[in-house]
Amino acid sequence: MSESQKTNGVLVRVERVEKVFHRGTESIHVLADLSLDVAAREFLALMGPSGSGKTTLLNLIGGLDRPTKGTVTVGGERVDRLSDRELAHWRARHVGFIFQLYNLMPVLNAEQNVELPLLLTHLSKAERKEHVQAALAVVGLRHRAKHYPRTLSGGEQQRVGIARGIVTDPTILLCDEPTGDLDRKAGDGILDLLQALNREHGKTVIMVTHDPHASRRAGRIVYLEKGQLSNEPLQ
Amino acid sequence: MKFAHLIWGNLKRKKLRTCLTLLSILVAFVLFGMLMAIKQALAGGVKLAGADRLIVRDKVSIIQFLPVSYKARMERIPGVSLAVHQTWFGGIYQDPKNFFMQTPVVPEEFLQMHTEYILPPAQKKAWLQTRTGAIVGRKSADRFHWKIGDKIPIKSSVFPKQDGSDVWTFDIVGIYDGRDKGTDTTPMLFRYDYFDEARSSWAKGQVGWYTIRVQDPAKAAEVAKRVDQEFENSSSETKTEPEGAFLQGWASQICNITLIVGSILGAVFFTMLLVSGNTMSQSVRERTGELGVQKAIGFTNAQIVSLVLAESCLLTVLGAVLGLGLAWMFASRGDPTGGLLPLFFLPIPDLFLGLGISLALGLVTGFFPALSAMRLRVADALRRM
Repeated sequence: MSESQKTNGVLVRVERVEKVFHRGTESIHVLADLSLDVAAREFLALMGPSGSGKTTLLNLIGGLDRPTKGTVTVGGERVDRLSDRELAHWRARHVGFIFQLYNLMPVLNAEQNVELPLLLTHLSKAERKEHVQAALAVVGLRHRAKHYPRTLSGGEQQRVGIARGIVTDPTILLCDEPTGDLDRKAGDGILDLLQALNREHGKTVIMVTHDPHASRRAGRIVYLEKGQLSNEPLQ
Repeated sequence: MKFAHLIWGNLKRKKLRTCLTLLSILVAFVLFGMLMAIKQALAGGVKLAGADRLIVRDKVSIIQFLPVSYKARMERIPGVSLAVHQTWFGGIYQDPKNFFMQTPVVPEEFLQMHTEYILPPAQKKAWLQTRTGAIVGRKSADRFHWKIGDKIPIKSSVFPKQDGSDVWTFDIVGIYDGRDKGTDTTPMLFRYDYFDEARSSWAKGQVGWYTIRVQDPAKAAEVAKRVDQEFENSSSETKTEPEGAFLQGWASQICNITLIVGSILGAVFFTMLLVSGNTMSQSVRERTGELGVQKAIGFTNAQIVSLVLAESCLLTVLGAVLGLGLAWMFASRGDPTGGLLPLFFLPIPDLFLGLGISLALGLVTGFFPALSAMRLRVADALRRM
């Protein structure tokens, strides 16, 4: 991340972004002239009804998709201008993803799932193991390291997902409905963890949710509806 | 190597499907190995044929005899350094199923011509001293449990003896080995002087064919022409050809081996292509979402392609290694026909060829699934989880 962005305090800048999907001859305008700034170390909740474009916006910030118009700058880097290859490398270095359905590899155990992003680095096996152990310790799952996803509860799987998201020590964590598939208790545990990562480890967290209970854990809430952002929910 | 557990894990995802695919690849490569062994058995001699050796046979047919007097005339032809003869004896040992070749030869000059036969000097000496002596190749000696000193009765289907009997008794005085792995060590060789004296008057002084050595292999064609000219307009005109071509022609009388082997393997591998291609396509399609996750966390398209290709290559190479291993084990037991295919074994280069084919098969079958994995848009893939 560039120093200039850090000094300005803005880590993510989305400027006048438009995103149009094409389905056959039909064009679907998901985001229209949308702008958003997210400060470094901020915990932002992005709320809105289904189909409002929350995940699309998250994907644009995370470099998983490109805007039709406008710019996306993260840590001073114009993400929308990077090639596929550059984007892949950029994501590996700077972004941790946490998904609603955990998205763990069923053929790998917890430890191996967490190690996955580290395979893209030049770390030695011993170093990778050290990082994995540390990440599993943060999420409180060291004792489940050898367990396969199918033997873990939903909350535990999400913790493994979070450990995988933070193991490379990314600057920004992008969470897409991280508690959407969990009961209240397990969900609270995950939110506690995200809060701790934000407060104690200085991670910038952008969380998509439509659960008001979850969004209250964030430092700021923005609402997305009909492709537009606002600080208050639209009625 | 750090991705090995991921590749292996993906293969284990649907164990039954992977096992069935692996089994079909294994069977294909067992078949490949056996066909290559048969090809080697039928045509392998061609590769080992001496470049400086020509075969002279009757122009009409190999079953017609040539006079033994031709030897001296051949050796007088410029460019010929040695001429030796052999004759098809057509003998049976105990049972017609125990087929193997026997031929009368002039010992010293035969061994001089065929340096690929290794006979200890003491045994050679014994052969020269024993008129009824015969030497036998290691394979036949092992097959029939013969040892030096044994008296072996052979019933000839072609040559009766002067006394009317068709059973010939030979003393085993030597056991020879082959210089190369492909050297045929099944024939039994016995002395021509004993054979010619003891056989009935029919075909006396006649031999089957000649092998001649040329002084300069580069002039072999010229020498062959001179030999045939020498016997033109005689009662036994000759046809002279390189030993390799002779053996090739001999093998071709049975079948066009290359065409048959090529056709069968072509069909088998084409089927394999479809089977493994289908397995890989299904496997990749089923984990679209996971591929999306991998891309999201930073795997590049090139890495995704490499992983899919590595997976398909691992599948085909593993199947090939197991299949070729089985074929090797089977072929190592030797000629399964009991004598018709003395050179039956799986040559090392064919093992490597098999591995090469399996690798190519893996790359081809993995190509389209890898391509579709590469083209997958991350956001779309994640939606499919």
